[in-house]
Amino acid sequence: MLSYVVAMLTLAAIYATMALGLNVMWGMAGMVNFGVAGFFAIGAYAAALGETRLGLPIAGGMLAGAALTAAVAGLACLGLRRLRDDYFAIVTLGIAEVVRTVADNEIWLTHGSDGVSNIPQPLRGLFAAHYDLFYLALCVVLTAASYAVAEAARAAPFGRVLRALRDDPQVAAVAGKNVVWFQVRAFALGGAMIGLAGAMYGQFTQYITPDIFVPLLTIYIFLAVTLGGKGSNTGTLLGTVIVVLVLESTRFAAGILPGIGAVQIAAGRGMLIGVCFLAILQLRPGGMLAEPVLRVRRAAPPQASRSGGGDQASAASDT
Amino acid sequence: MPLPAARRKERSAIGAEHSVTSVAPAALLEIDGLRLSFGGVTALDGVSFAVRPGLITGLIGPNGAGKTTLFNAVSGMIRPHAGRVRFDGHDITGLPPERITKAGLIRSFQIARGLPTLTVIENLMLYGAEQPGEALWQALTRTPAMRRREALLREQAWQMLQRLELQPVADNLASDLSGGQKKLIELGRVLMRRPRMILLDEPAAGVNPSLARLLGGHIRSCRDDGISFLVVEHNMALIGDICDEVVVMAEGRCLMQGSFAEVRNDHRVQTAYMGRAA
Ligand SMILES: Nc1ncnc2c1ncn2[C@@H]1O[C@H](COP(=O)(O)OP(=O)(O)OP(=O)(O)O)[C@@H](O)[C@H]1O
Ligand SMILES: [Mg+2]
Repeated sequence: MLSYVVAMLTLAAIYATMALGLNVMWGMAGMVNFGVAGFFAIGAYAAALGETRLGLPIAGGMLAGAALTAAVAGLACLGLRRLRDDYFAIVTLGIAEVVRTVADNEIWLTHGSDGVSNIPQPLRGLFAAHYDLFYLALCVVLTAASYAVAEAARAAPFGRVLRALRDDPQVAAVAGKNVVWFQVRAFALGGAMIGLAGAMYGQFTQYITPDIFVPLLTIYIFLAVTLGGKGSNTGTLLGTVIVVLVLESTRFAAGILPGIGAVQIAAGRGMLIGVCFLAILQLRPGGMLAEPVLRVRRAAPPQASRSGGGDQASAASDT
Repeated sequence: MPLPAARRKERSAIGAEHSVTSVAPAALLEIDGLRLSFGGVTALDGVSFAVRPGLITGLIGPNGAGKTTLFNAVSGMIRPHAGRVRFDGHDITGLPPERITKAGLIRSFQIARGLPTLTVIENLMLYGAEQPGEALWQALTRTPAMRRREALLREQAWQMLQRLELQPVADNLASDLSGGQKKLIELGRVLMRRPRMILLDEPAAGVNPSLARLLGGHIRSCRDDGISFLVVEHNMALIGDICDEVVVMAEGRCLMQGSFAEVRNDHRVQTAYMGRAA
């Protein structure tokens, strides 16, 4: 039982890192990415193949997974810059399907539907006794780091521009911002997090196959961000925990409820997720933790300092 | 900084010199034969005129004359089908909006487009130039340069809010403001950029009369600080009050250019307005 809880929390941390990546792209910058599972796959395969075939060290494999996914995401965003919102979303879904098809068919590279097995785990020898606990701790640290990065980006002037172009890209352009360049960077940053999550997932299960990276996974991640509060990184973490809890807790229903088998569970799970989703969004349309409003506090009290913008102060006194 | 008194003398010598084709050093913004149509509607039909530096130039004309479309074309939001725009002697035709803003020419919007999920003060700070914290690496490491710039922008934004009497709503979301307050943000934001020239599209529309007068005062004091203006406005009292000269547009063309008194007494201008009203 304990090891089950540990495994569930590890999965939650991995999903949370992925959800943070989506929140940067969609919540903060307003670009719908239906290709989350595809980017997740790129990170997972790049890390796994880098380690098993090219002999990269584990940290190098993870870095490669994050970096390659960031590059693909950034380039995809650049390539799709002329598409309007809905078309952009559809093409990202297509990208994910292309990634999965390649993983399925380019057997020389990916072993096709056999998948990649024996993916090495970091510091396995050192923590042999309670490796699952160690790995959970590592995932929590990586998720916390992703959270810190996403929060720093959100709170900085960079994040202010993202919110501006999410609201109205033309106004952001008139404000002097190169909209596409900001979008590309937001996509690359989010892609890095999703790719890192992919690398973590491969290590966790030590085995990946193309049929893990299906659109349903993308939907779960969207649910997590929406439930928690689109635009809020803290909400995204919370939403992910809830989605993983609901997904996993339904497993036990088969044992407890009479006459319920695995097939009914699989169907009921989707329904339960849907019901939770509707209930929470009825109560809190912005998600459980809506995007926080950044209150800008002045450092100095009103009359005290005239250091900055002296000419405006004098202009004001003219009138 | 130019002297207002000297400028006022120049003004009377301007006359109706539309259709500037050479790079006259006197002109800051030159609009040369701009054409633009939407399907069958010709919004700009070869409009040409020049705006001199250091002045407030009014741009008036009946509804649908093409004033906003002209602003869209000049500010890079729509590419004109023909014609050129020069700013400070450089051809800026077809450049993207951010490049035009960086060149020192910025526009406001007729229908206020405050960014709804940004607070009022964030709307202003967004327009500040050269914030190094817009680079991802600086944002993630919170460099001192970013924090210094942010503190300065915050101070400037705060003073701007003070001028526009928007301080009480500084931390409110822009979507929660009244229509008039949104118009004030439009002005405050573009001033935050500290541009050389501002295109204002109906800055006083929906603003109460006393605040409109105050706004006129702000525009004048900014002109005295060296910022040039091209102001679209239907409020003729405000135009007469603040404009050093006036350009009249009708049906996508420049009808005439001159002092407010000249324009007001011109037959063509009167028929342009009457023709539309009838
Ligand atoms: N995006 C568009 N699509 C189609 N027609 C347009 C578009 N924008 C403007 N027009 C048309 O172009 C003409 C000029 O419109 P514009 O908005 O420039 O007028 P304006 O002088 O700003 O008027 P107002 O004083 O009412 O603001 C009008 O006939 C308008 O219907
Ligand atoms: Mg207009």
